[in-house]
Amino acid sequence: MIRYIALRLAGVAGVLLVICAVTFVIFFVFPADPALQACGKSCTSERLAMLHHQMGLDRPIWQQFTDYLVGIFAGRTYGTGPLAVQCHFPCLGFSYQNNMPVWDLMMQRLPTTVSIGIGAAVLWLVGGVTVGVVSALRKDSLLDRTMMVGTLTSASLPIYFTAMALTVLVVQIGGLLPYSSYVPIAEDPIGWVKNLILPWVALALLYAAMYARLSRASMVETMAEPYIRTARAKGLPERTVVTKHGLRAGLTPVLTVFGMDLGALLGGAIITESVFGLPGLGRLTIDSIEKSDQPVVMGVALLAAFFITFANLLVDLFYAVLDPQVRYQ
Amino acid sequence: MSLLTVRDLTVEFTGPKGTARAVDGLSFTVDEGRTLGIVGESGSGKSVTSLAIMGLHDRARVTGSIDVAGTEVVGAGREEIRALRGRRVAMIFQDPLSSLHPHYRVGEQIAEARRLHFGASRRAAHKHAVQLLADVGIPDPGERAGDYPHQFSGGMRQRVMIAMALACEPDLLIADEPTTALDVTVQAQILELIATIQRERGLAVLMITHDLGVVARVADDVLVMYAGRAVERADVDALFAEPRHPYTRGLLGSLPRLTGPAGELTPIAGTPPSPLTPAAGCPFHPRCPDRIATCETVRPDLEGTSHQAACHLTATKKVTP
Repeated sequence: MIRYIALRLAGVAGVLLVICAVTFVIFFVFPADPALQACGKSCTSERLAMLHHQMGLDRPIWQQFTDYLVGIFAGRTYGTGPLAVQCHFPCLGFSYQNNMPVWDLMMQRLPTTVSIGIGAAVLWLVGGVTVGVVSALRKDSLLDRTMMVGTLTSASLPIYFTAMALTVLVVQIGGLLPYSSYVPIAEDPIGWVKNLILPWVALALLYAAMYARLSRASMVETMAEPYIRTARAKGLPERTVVTKHGLRAGLTPVLTVFGMDLGALLGGAIITESVFGLPGLGRLTIDSIEKSDQPVVMGVALLAAFFITFANLLVDLFYAVLDPQVRYQ
Repeated sequence: MSLLTVRDLTVEFTGPKGTARAVDGLSFTVDEGRTLGIVGESGSGKSVTSLAIMGLHDRARVTGSIDVAGTEVVGAGREEIRALRGRRVAMIFQDPLSSLHPHYRVGEQIAEARRLHFGASRRAAHKHAVQLLADVGIPDPGERAGDYPHQFSGGMRQRVMIAMALACEPDLLIADEPTTALDVTVQAQILELIATIQRERGLAVLMITHDLGVVARVADDVLVMYAGRAVERADVDALFAEPRHPYTRGLLGSLPRLTGPAGELTPIAGTPPSPLTPAAGCPFHPRCPDRIATCETVRPDLEGTSHQAACHLTATKKVTP
């Protein structure tokens, strides 16, 4: 098991290195010159050359790449003398436009994104799986059909539509909640929930539909397995048959998808954050792309990749705990 | 004394194509400590019958009477049936791998019924499970109780299933094609095990199979089913010595034999009937080599005393078997 985990961690490191290289190349061939961006309006060619030198852009590309990699682990200093800027560990680049290391910039935004992601995930997991399991147990009933039509509808609505519809109904007409903004949970837990409930619901509606359909399909299949018949033949109450024998096997596939989705969401829910005007990583990505602040775009891409690969790893490890057939293979 | 009494059992499934009568007016009994083999081809209604005894049919219409040790199963409430399942009647199935839960240790799966019906503690039930694993011939049972089903071979898995069935000391064991998914050599071992357990514990066994070889090995009495009906019933020696129904003779004729003159096997002509469109008269008449005019219109019932057959020919003694 330890060997397996070590191998998988090495795999994650490899994937991240590749993603690092790819984003770096994209960044390099991007037409906009970051030095020119930082240089400002009254830019002279000498000043531009100096900035190039300070940012290390005059070095060969492979050296820039190794500088970048080393910087992630050791931190680095951009430029020399009075103009030098410190970029501490883990240095994912320096945003001259914000005059701040990319890492610090991202860490400011991360709590918002995590708050949105985790809250929505809890909602959609509980809601989606409940609907799916109930549907599966009442397969082909009116309730099942109604819920499946409902999930199809909910999955078909684009997030910007649900987000705006919710805002109009609940905030503008109903006056039940404030317009969303981010309040740190430590400062005001109730305010945190109040402000985030709409983005949670909007995101959850989208995902819950998929989870309902997924868990329904998986549970329908599981409940038809011979070992479920064995459980019934033992005389177990139907409740135990469903919860102990059915859910254990039926919900394992849902877990895989959940890990991946949550990982992806931690990289920033771009549309949701934009529609609700929440200052998360998704919003940061959009702003940075608009301003051609490429170190930030690259940093966010790397962080998102890290979350996805890491979530994937966690899911696989958890899977091995849940499903003994996966172990040691 | 009869432990299981089935009377006029009819099981119907309604689907988009109409109503299929999988079991049609079946009656039989199984006595304490005896083994009844139910033989028939696919679709003859033998598995449907076994599931009906366990009350495991979800969407079927079950009528008639199934009396298990004094409890009527047909029309019984959920709780009443649950008290029987696993406790008085236990069942083993065809494919032991898919019939065991892949995510739980076998010891836990065996102990589950004991804890449920006897209220045994986790520890006591586990100890009992290990003992059962030893009883069914699994080496190193203490160790193996902690293994998962996929870590066992096919034959060992079926032994685990048998141990699970024995957990609550049932009176009746239903074995639905218990050896069909196993290698031939392993089949013999499992049948031997079932026979030993039956002898030692005085169980009544209902052995559902399509294999006359299995019947010959373990059964005391045999019930031959065709198209949801009993066509012949006799003790095992009488059936093999003197089969009275043309279908039984057909089954025996399609078996290879080691003794006697070597010759070609004789298959039964035609195909099994669809339960959606049952034939008028005797259900076997379209395939029967000896049919007479009556067979096409009048449905024969089981006739006789100890050796019964549902056949106009045997009844009128027009054919010497």
